[in-house]
Amino acid sequence: MVDSLTYTPKITVEFEIGEKDFFIAGECASRVKKTLQQLGLKQEIIKRIAIIIYEAAMNVAIHATSGKLVVHIDPDGITILTQDVGAGIEDIDLAMKEGYSTATYEIREMGFGAGMGLSNIKQCSDDLYIESKVGVGTNLEARVFFNNRKKTGEDV
Amino acid sequence: MKQYFHSVTLDTEKCKGCTNCIKRCPVEAIRVRDGKAMIVQERCIDCGECIRECPNHAKVAVTDTLEKLSEYYYNIALPSPSFFGQFKEQANIEDILGAFAGIGFDEVFEVALAAEIVGHVVHEYLNDYKGKKPVFSSACPAVLRLMQIKYSDLLDQVAPFLTPMEVAARLAKEDAVRRTGIRYNEIGAFFISPCPAKVTEMRNPMTTKDSAVNGVIGTNLIYKDIIKHLGDRNLIGATENHQRATRLGMAWGYVTGESHNVSVATTLAVSGIHNVISLLEEIERGELKDVDFVELQACTGGCVGGPLNIQNLFVGRIRLRDLIKRFGTRERYFTEEQLSNICRDNRFRSTEPVEPRAIMTLDEDVSRALMKMERLDQITNELPGLDCGACGSPSCRALAEDIIRGIAYESDCVIKLREKVKTLAEEILELARIVPPSMSDGSKKNLPGQEH
Repeated sequence: MVDSLTYTPKITVEFEIGEKDFFIAGECASRVKKTLQQLGLKQEIIKRIAIIIYEAAMNVAIHATSGKLVVHIDPDGITILTQDVGAGIEDIDLAMKEGYSTATYEIREMGFGAGMGLSNIKQCSDDLYIESKVGVGTNLEARVFFNNRKKTGEDV
Repeated sequence: MKQYFHSVTLDTEKCKGCTNCIKRCPVEAIRVRDGKAMIVQERCIDCGECIRECPNHAKVAVTDTLEKLSEYYYNIALPSPSFFGQFKEQANIEDILGAFAGIGFDEVFEVALAAEIVGHVVHEYLNDYKGKKPVFSSACPAVLRLMQIKYSDLLDQVAPFLTPMEVAARLAKEDAVRRTGIRYNEIGAFFISPCPAKVTEMRNPMTTKDSAVNGVIGTNLIYKDIIKHLGDRNLIGATENHQRATRLGMAWGYVTGESHNVSVATTLAVSGIHNVISLLEEIERGELKDVDFVELQACTGGCVGGPLNIQNLFVGRIRLRDLIKRFGTRERYFTEEQLSNICRDNRFRSTEPVEPRAIMTLDEDVSRALMKMERLDQITNELPGLDCGACGSPSCRALAEDIIRGIAYESDCVIKLREKVKTLAEEILELARIVPPSMSDGSKKNLPGQEH
C-alpha cells in the first residue's frame, strides 16, 4: 500500500522513433494528449504540450537515424525528452531561428522541415534545454508546468 | 454531470447480453451488466451505431409518434432531404409531399429548402472569416456531441449556425402564422427524421435555448402510411405547399451535398462516425489548416444512411439522386434579396456556444488523477490484452478504467478469473497433500521438544 501523503505519482510514456518515420510524431502527440485529457488538464496547456511533442518527435524523424521520445508526467508538470543518434546540431542558436532549416529538399517537398520546429518548441515550453554533438546526436529536454500562467498558448 | 434525454435506448426484452454493441460504440458508452447492455447516459452521443450493430434489434430510437399531432391545431411536416430517397422509382416529389396530407398534416415544408439557406449563410460567413481553419459544419448533432466530449479544443471552429431542421421549423411556422392567422403556439412542426440524434437535439438543443421543433418522428414510423397515400390523386394539391427546394438543397440528404451548398474554395466531406474520428484526430494535430470547410456526418453516406431510414444507404442515395435529376429544379424559391436579408439580420446564428463536456477526466485533482492513471496503467498491464469484451467492458483498457471508477472488478475478467481458479486449485491440492502428524510415516521432522 502506498502512502498517499509522501508518494508522488509519476507516469512515463516512451516511443521509439525510426529514421524518416514521419507518422509516429502525430501518434505520440495524440496518445499523450488523451492521457492529459484524462488528467483533466486545461485545453490550452494540452495544446502546447502536443505541439512540443509533435515537433520534437518530427525533429528526430527528420534528422536522426534512430531515437526515442520519453514523456514523464508528475503532479507539477510534464517533461518531454528526446534522445537521438544522428546529424546533431552545429549552431543551436541559429537552429532556434524561425525558418532556419537544414532539412533536405525531399523532406521539404513532403511538407516538413520548414524550420519552425525548434522555435515552436521554445515558444510552447517553460524550460528548454538542448545539447548536441555534430555527427553524434542530440538530446532535448522541455518542461511545461501545469500551473504556470506565464506562457499563453499561441496558435503556431 | 447533468443528465439529458437520449433517444437511443435499450429494449431489455430483446437484449441477449452479447457484446457486439460494446465493441462498436465509438465513445465506449455501453457496458454489459447482469446479462443486459447498459448505455452510459453521459457518454452516449446518439449516433446510432449500436442500432445498426445489434443482431437482436434491441437498440431502439425513441421518437415521437403521429399521436402528438393532436396536441396542435395546425400541423406541419418537415421531411428531411434523405426522406425522398426512400421510395420506388415511380414516386415523384409532389406525390410524396401530397401523401403527408393523408396522414394528418396540414402542410409540408421541405427541410431541404432551409438547408439551402443554411448553406448560403455559412457561405457568407466563410467569405469574411479570418479565424482558425478549417471551419466545421454544425448540422450533424451526433458529431457535435462527439466533439464536446473528445475534441473540445476544436469547438470554437464550428460554424455558429442553427441546423436546417431548426431553421425549417422557424420559417414554416412564421410563414403559416402569416398566411393562416393561426397563433404560433397552436402550430406544431414535426421533423421527419432519419436520425435519433435529432430527437435528442430537439429536447436538448446545443446551439439554441429552445427548439422551434415540436416533435421528431422517425421515418420508420410513418413510412408505411406514407406509401399507402402515395399517388392518391385526391391528395395532390391538398397540402398547402408544393415542392420548393432546389436540386442543391435536396442533395443535402447525402454526404458532399452540404459542401456543395456552402460552396467555398476548399471543402472536405467525411461520413461514418469512425472516419469522422480519424479525421478529427488529424485536425487536432494541426493538419488541414488549408481546408476552408469540413462537412462531417456521423452516418456513412450522410443522412441517407440514417438508422431510422428504410432503404439501404446506397439504394437511398441512388433513389434520391435519381429523383433530383428528374424533378429537381434549379430555380431558387427565395430571391437573392431575401437571402441577403436573412444573412444581414443574423436570424439563424446559434445563440448558445457549444460547450465542452469533460467526461473522460479521472479526477478533478491532477495529483489524484495521476495516481489513478498510474493504477490504471498497472491494471491494464496485468490484464490479458485480448479485448474480448466478455467482462462487459469494450476493451481491457476500458475494464481497467471501470475498475478505477469503481464500477467493475478485476475478477470480472474471465482470463483473470481462470488464473485465480488455477491458483486456488493448486492451493487445494497442496493442502490435500498435508498429512496430519498422527498419520505421518515419521519421515517428517518432529516438533521441537517432542524428541523421543
